[in-house]
Amino acid sequence: MSAPERSEPLPAWSLPAGAEKNIELAVEWPAEVSREWAFGGSTGSGVRVCILDSGVEPNHPLVGPLADAVAVVRSPDGEITIEPDEEGDLCGHGTACAGIVRSLAPECELYSVRVLGAGYTGSGPILVAGLRYAIENGFDVVNMSLSTTKKDLAESLHELADLAYFQKTMLIASAHNLPVESFPWRFASVLSVGSHDRDEPLDFFYNPEPPVEFFARGVDIHVAWVQGSSLRCTGNSFATPHMTGICALVLGSHPELTPFQLKSVLYLTATNMIGSR
Amino acid sequence: MTGDDLRAAVAAGVLRSEEGHRELLRSIVEVARAIFHARAASIFLLDEARDELVFEAIAGEGSDSLVGTRFPSSTGIAGWVLVTRQPLVLEDVSEDPRFAKDAAEATGYVPKGLMAVPLLHEERALGVLEVLDRPARPGAALEEVELLGLFAGQAAIALDLLQAARRARAALEGSGGDLESLARLAAAIDGLEGERRSVGLEFLGTLERLLEGESRAARPPGSFRTKP
Repeated sequence: MSAPERSEPLPAWSLPAGAEKNIELAVEWPAEVSREWAFGGSTGSGVRVCILDSGVEPNHPLVGPLADAVAVVRSPDGEITIEPDEEGDLCGHGTACAGIVRSLAPECELYSVRVLGAGYTGSGPILVAGLRYAIENGFDVVNMSLSTTKKDLAESLHELADLAYFQKTMLIASAHNLPVESFPWRFASVLSVGSHDRDEPLDFFYNPEPPVEFFARGVDIHVAWVQGSSLRCTGNSFATPHMTGICALVLGSHPELTPFQLKSVLYLTATNMIGSR
Repeated sequence: MTGDDLRAAVAAGVLRSEEGHRELLRSIVEVARAIFHARAASIFLLDEARDELVFEAIAGEGSDSLVGTRFPSSTGIAGWVLVTRQPLVLEDVSEDPRFAKDAAEATGYVPKGLMAVPLLHEERALGVLEVLDRPARPGAALEEVELLGLFAGQAAIALDLLQAARRARAALEGSGGDLESLARLAAAIDGLEGERRSVGLEFLGTLERLLEGESRAARPPGSFRTKP
């Protein structure tokens, strides 16, 4: 469904009498939101997914082609720039995430933004620059299986997370199970993910006691790894691309959804929601 | 006690402190290995000045000669864990050609399974704890990650103390006459008796509180309070 035609600009701060027609919703919501309505038959086609990670190995059998791959690099004088990524994956993790998303949403467009490899020192500003690049490029979903504990980055990340939320880019980030304060998963404008140990990739749970909002499959998952290899892995960082893939499916069916609406659909179709099947 | 004597005593204390924390790190990897029934466990420390990870302690398979070996701080599995602050559990890691080659060249031992967790203290990432080749425990994966996180918290505290001890020694060795003057002052007050000594110790205590935070890294634990 396409967005409704608007004869006048949307009201910025108020809704004057008679202006209701200007905020008609683009999505016709059924009386009961089912998984079939939410993403039945979807392949993620038309959805642009960004993997913000260690890079992605292009053309891995479990990943397939990438639409584009860039690396955030730092010159010797400290300048941070975005360059075409010639090195691929420096760890294996980004390739694993891309493969999980591909397995769920086989026709989505996959993009890689590499924020690893320039050393630990200065990795915080590189993370912020990579996220800013992803938001400015208007990706529909950004997978962030990573976090930082640097408090001086929290404000920048928070601003970027809210910017993404209001311009229809869904940020999906791994929650921490360590006793430290970390970001950006704690921000309400981000969809945060922890792990469950079921085997079904489309099983996901809404957590009524945030800050962790959703639990997705994160245990003993067969994933793509570097140099065409594959292995099994466990962790919230692998649960996160499961939610990314599910979001790609929903947006493939309903591209007009805002992050607020997308979270609402996920809540209504969560495995622990009575009647979600 | 002369200023030189006190300086030597402080230096000896710092040195003993570092050795004690090394033993603590060795103990942590030994216990981690035992708890998980693993073939090996190891701790990598981040050297911020050189932006590298350094093997700091190892238990089980592998070699003590690895201690001191350096790696890039943001590539490979340990680098990813350090930079992203996320724990990682990998099985069949020997299928990773790059990892297998590096491990084989370093130790001749290529693990099959690996758990890695960042060592975080407050907002700093200090290093990485790895547990290699533990027996499979179906259904216990999430529990294992929680347990590993608890261990990581303990190891991070030990690493923080170790780094503080090293900074203290470096400050002492590189201070020229500055710290020696302070040591002489402390020695002079230490030699006083009665109320004069109490007033002197109170003065040092006030100075210590004033410099709290800035001087914490350059001061051995318990200094100026040898005779409360």
